[in-house]
Amino acid sequence: MINPARHGSNQLSTAELRELRLEIEEFNTEYARVLDEGDLETWPDFFTDDGLYRITSRENDAGDLPLGLIYCDGRGMLIDRVRAILKTTTHEPRYLRHFNSNVRVAGIGDGRVSSNSNYLVVETLMEGGTNIFQSGRYEDTFVRVDGAHRLSARHCIYDTLLITNALIYPV
Amino acid sequence: MAADGSRGALGDKYVWPEEGLTRIPDWVYTSEEIYEAEVERIFKGATWNFVGFEAEIPNSGDFRRSYVGPVPVIVSRAEDGSVHVMENRCRHRGAEFCRELRGNTPEFMCPYHQWTYDLKGELIGVPFSRGIKGKGGMPKDFDMAAHGLFTLNVTTRGGAIFASFSDTIESFEDYLGPEILSDFDTTFNGRGIRIMGYWRNSVRGNWKLYHENLKDPYHATLLHTYLVTFGLMVAGQRSAMIADASGRHGTMASAKGDEDAEAKAEGIGEMKKYEEDYRLLDDRVVRFRPEFDSDWTVTMQTIWPNLIVQRELNTLGIRQIVPRGPNMFDMHWVMFGYTDDDAELNDLRLCQANLMGPAGYLGAEDNEAIAFVQDGFRRGHTKTGIVAMDPDVEGTSSNLISESAIRALYRHYREVMDLQ
Repeated sequence: MINPARHGSNQLSTAELRELRLEIEEFNTEYARVLDEGDLETWPDFFTDDGLYRITSRENDAGDLPLGLIYCDGRGMLIDRVRAILKTTTHEPRYLRHFNSNVRVAGIGDGRVSSNSNYLVVETLMEGGTNIFQSGRYEDTFVRVDGAHRLSARHCIYDTLLITNALIYPV
Repeated sequence: MAADGSRGALGDKYVWPEEGLTRIPDWVYTSEEIYEAEVERIFKGATWNFVGFEAEIPNSGDFRRSYVGPVPVIVSRAEDGSVHVMENRCRHRGAEFCRELRGNTPEFMCPYHQWTYDLKGELIGVPFSRGIKGKGGMPKDFDMAAHGLFTLNVTTRGGAIFASFSDTIESFEDYLGPEILSDFDTTFNGRGIRIMGYWRNSVRGNWKLYHENLKDPYHATLLHTYLVTFGLMVAGQRSAMIADASGRHGTMASAKGDEDAEAKAEGIGEMKKYEEDYRLLDDRVVRFRPEFDSDWTVTMQTIWPNLIVQRELNTLGIRQIVPRGPNMFDMHWVMFGYTDDDAELNDLRLCQANLMGPAGYLGAEDNEAIAFVQDGFRRGHTKTGIVAMDPDVEGTSSNLISESAIRALYRHYREVMDLQ
């Protein structure tokens, strides 16, 4: 059961919180589809113009260390990352599939919604089987832009400290 | 080494191709026997191995896990401020007892039977050593002082900590030699080290390939389209591949913006992957703010056998190589800045870190290419590779289209491994 007081969101009814959680789940489902289907050029559209995208390890997060495995500060760097993946990066072909669950609304205020959820990314190389590539959690801040949710920050904090060879695509 | 301890047995079994140093046989990368000999003669031999930074263990009782070759060790700071490196293996039953990546403790205790060691690795406690009511317990002549943790020789320079299994090895400064030490000191220049974070990744390849990759400036402008597209490195740019006198260490160096226009055009013409109309929307990833007493905007140093020191623009990091047998190694990256960094430098270092690591524009490609190479070694039919570029030179080369530093490394390697 959601305890609105504990979650700092006491201005919303339980029904409104559930609606909000459903919206975030739908957002994440579409986000995963874009990455899974290789529709990378639309990936920056999930973020605000000054949005921050950062993948980092649980190790760095626990130590308050700022380093990102991918660190995109704003729309320009998000687009630059996509172009580099599509145009310049040499890598073995692979399929990724993202699974998202346990979405939780953690707080609401100042027009922002903070949320966290679990993610799992499995990787399939061209001739290989499928392996768990990364297990982690999203720590998100959403704002509404023209009525739609956008990420002003997504921190992907992974437990899988040892990356298998290389991380090419965003998680 | 052979079972009877004689040297030369490897050389009898493994015969180098008759062309000499311009060829490298696949068994160097795939043989379990060669790998085991490398651990004994190189990682446990007369080498200095990076194990961590002093800034990671500033206070008494601070420790971090690390490795010397494949061997797990603990790096600790004792009450008197001294730094110690000890095997992470209880002398009693062999448990790898320290399971935390880092922390602070007054003493180390193996959880299995609570044998306890001080911060220098001395055995200070054995529960029930006298038994109970006079029965059981350790032999009366058991010498606690002789059963501390196995400890390694330790040295530091510029805040970096190195360990060696050898007690008779030369100083770290002599080990590096003046050509390599000068660029090492440019990065570790007395400014306090500020740890910015860690990456860890496995690579499906032999550990030596990582050294070779950074002694191979030929690959840089061809594999890494990103480097050339944004002018970080271009064939024709002022650059050098520097080797020490022994051939084991190296510095790949280049100066951004200092290039011969004609040579640059020729260099780009040779690239099949060049992207002409591709401009970054946010150039912080490649924007350099000068801060070093050096003409080079990039130095990639290979410090034999387990360390890479990377200074690319304003992004600084080390890569510690942890071998896992002939076909696999792990890379432990520590990315850092300096304690006196302002907000802009901190931001540039974070943005430029996108170049490096297992998701880096450059770092990821190196890992992928090395895996491709190892796949070829493991499964292919042809059994030798070619490193013949720049044939009249061995060691230091003033041009990028050269494999001279790889050949110098293998001259050293064959001596140490008795593979003549």
